[in-house]
Amino acid sequence: MARKILTEHINVPGIETFEVYRKQGGYAAVEKAIKTMSSEEVVEEAKKSGIRGRGGAGFPMGMKWGFLAKPEGIPRYLVCNADESEPGTFKDHHLMKSIPHLLIEGMIVSSYALGANKSFIYVRGELMYVIRILEKAIEEAKANGFLGKNILGSGYDLELVVQPGGGAYICGEETALLESLEGKRGNPRNKPPFPAVKGLYQSPTVVNNVESIANMPWVINNGGDAYAAIGIGRSTGTKLISASGHIQKPGVYEIELGLSVDEFLNSDEYCGGIRKGHYLKALVAGGSSVPILPAHLITKTAAGEDRLMSYESLSDGGFATGTMLGSGGFIVFDETACIVRNTWNFSRFYHHESCGQCSPCREGTGWMEKVLHRIEHGHGSMHDIDLLVDVAKKIEGNTICPLGDAAAWPIASAIRHFREEFEWHINSPKEATQPGAVFMGAVLA
Amino acid sequence: MEEVKPQLIKITFDGIEVEVEPGTTIMQAARKIAEADESQGHLVPPAMCYYKPLPTSGGKCRACLVRVAAGSAKDPRPMPKLVPSCITQVQEGMIVENTTNPAVLDTRKSIVEFLLINHPLDCPVCDQAGECHLQDFSFEHGSVKTRYEEDRRTFDKIDIGPFVQLHMTRCILCYRCVYTADQITNKRVHGVMNRGDASEISTYIEKAIDNDFSGNVIDVCPVGALTDKTYRFKSRVWFSKPEDAHCDCDKCSGKVTLWYRGDEVIRVTARKNMWGEVNEFICNKCRFERKKTSDWVIEGPTKVKRSSVISANKYRKDLIAKPDFSLKLAATQFKPIDDEREYTTDIETVRHQSIENNDKANHRSLLTGNRN
Repeated sequence: MARKILTEHINVPGIETFEVYRKQGGYAAVEKAIKTMSSEEVVEEAKKSGIRGRGGAGFPMGMKWGFLAKPEGIPRYLVCNADESEPGTFKDHHLMKSIPHLLIEGMIVSSYALGANKSFIYVRGELMYVIRILEKAIEEAKANGFLGKNILGSGYDLELVVQPGGGAYICGEETALLESLEGKRGNPRNKPPFPAVKGLYQSPTVVNNVESIANMPWVINNGGDAYAAIGIGRSTGTKLISASGHIQKPGVYEIELGLSVDEFLNSDEYCGGIRKGHYLKALVAGGSSVPILPAHLITKTAAGEDRLMSYESLSDGGFATGTMLGSGGFIVFDETACIVRNTWNFSRFYHHESCGQCSPCREGTGWMEKVLHRIEHGHGSMHDIDLLVDVAKKIEGNTICPLGDAAAWPIASAIRHFREEFEWHINSPKEATQPGAVFMGAVLA
Repeated sequence: MEEVKPQLIKITFDGIEVEVEPGTTIMQAARKIAEADESQGHLVPPAMCYYKPLPTSGGKCRACLVRVAAGSAKDPRPMPKLVPSCITQVQEGMIVENTTNPAVLDTRKSIVEFLLINHPLDCPVCDQAGECHLQDFSFEHGSVKTRYEEDRRTFDKIDIGPFVQLHMTRCILCYRCVYTADQITNKRVHGVMNRGDASEISTYIEKAIDNDFSGNVIDVCPVGALTDKTYRFKSRVWFSKPEDAHCDCDKCSGKVTLWYRGDEVIRVTARKNMWGEVNEFICNKCRFERKKTSDWVIEGPTKVKRSSVISANKYRKDLIAKPDFSLKLAATQFKPIDDEREYTTDIETVRHQSIENNDKANHRSLLTGNRN
């Protein structure tokens, strides 16, 4: 069995209550950090751990904390980004509803490290029951002296606020999240200034993902070096992967970074392989926004080595032969999946969720979706394929926030690897648009 | 005490070295170059959403994206993506490529294409024709054809208040009017609704913009989406004659431009600088109610750029300075067509012909008495 950091106690009955969580060793990290460590020492442990942001970008968390401006007389904030709403990604949801005190404990430790006296957990608005679970956990922690004024008699105060999100995917982008948290329309801000300098209410702010923060109790209890010893290379620690699609055992799994994609996909401990009688066609490794890979590029890197579940190995070969670990949304397609329909479906999502601030994303996501709609419904022309590639290229890198990239990458990669399927849809519209029709041509032969 | 002047920052913009104050943006540095030498005006990146008198505007339309080939003297690495010049501050030793970088011009072309997806090309009937920033932008940077085949969105015209009409069909979501209403008027009732390409500027249900300075949203609108109801379709800009004038107003500076057709003042606007931005916002009384010459003290004819349609009375390619790169590209990608005229691919000949045509045009306009 692989080592577990986040999910070790997740199946203990009653773990969502303070009492059971405490019996399993919970809140020991708060005691250790607040009573025996300075805030700088906690930051140092985070840096030593090498933990990278689990929201998708993979930026080193300790380094991000180090950027936080510390002017005197101005409050600093920690904001937990729990606005998880990307298709295929549901790990934070699982963590928060199953073991809410782990996140609360992480928030206390992280807030102490950053010198924040008021911190926020911004939860996807649709998850009202998770919000209630978190609020209950906060009340319990407060009643037991781990939140509120003078925590454990240390003189450190912390108020934790759970904020329902605005019901928009864009509110998961850190600056749009801050706008939404301030009660405004969730539009991303221009950067710089970065939140570490001017964030929530113009104050220095750190925005971290649920999973990143939930790792902190273990890092404090065991030391940053122990965390860094897990994983592979610069991809340290474990990672929650939300696996879905045509596999035997969909669900949320905690893996040690560095596990091979083949083992994760096929071993009984994790996905259990492709559903019976079918075979692998394509895979999205890190949520709907990352490039899709065809079967022949999934298990081996460009250099012919085993492809591993790590930031570096998955992106090996750039976008030509690689993809990204992203948020860990592992979506598997067997041969019964239509890539064109799937691409159109992803595209519908990004079109719907674009905030509409900047021209390339506002107009481009809609344009791409409409062209894909035409192709999928048998009205496409061959030049539409090149048009899609070109429009995706014009959006990529030219928008205020990464939503433009997220909309462009799945389309560009689907055409790169499955062009024949798009051509088949255009050349044989009567056949291709039949219910359940799937391309069985050269790619799969 | 002697005033301590801030140390100037030296950057290179399209191969031209310029010294600017700390905190200056790349766009401002480019404008500084153009202010010093008007013939370099073509170097200034286009701006559809940025508007200097409106703080926090900019960064949205992406028309002004430039390439930073070297971030600074300390860290000379290039910036990985194109950056919006209107909000990116300069650093010592920064090297910026604008018209000298094909990727920038290519992206700019695509921005025109994106903006024209939901902006109709109805210049012949649009009230903003001749004063439209998007018209200029697409003329200088756009493509002659569109690849967009889908349906375009349309809206009914809405009267927002007694003086302003919104035609959302032409709106390009630059947000300038929102910033104007937000920053210079009280009780803002209009903003952006919906998301993505369904976004629209709108007022709160059945509310009208009712404020002494509401008319300024007309001046900041870069296209013909927000128009002056007292002026709509009364004339074309090139048939009118602008004069600077002022009055003693208790609400605003009273400095305006009067637009004459014959002896009649058909429109009053705030005065604009060479970038099309107002110098000072004016009140509704000055804009909509003072339409007689006797209401004003006339200062003299408004200075209008020679290349402007207001001055030249027409759009002409040879009046708008094109960057060398475009000329070179045109020359190298030149495809002869089947007719009897002679073509050249020599860049110097192309430029020479351009200057010659320009001189002829000026000569003609002098003969016909057009004021430049």
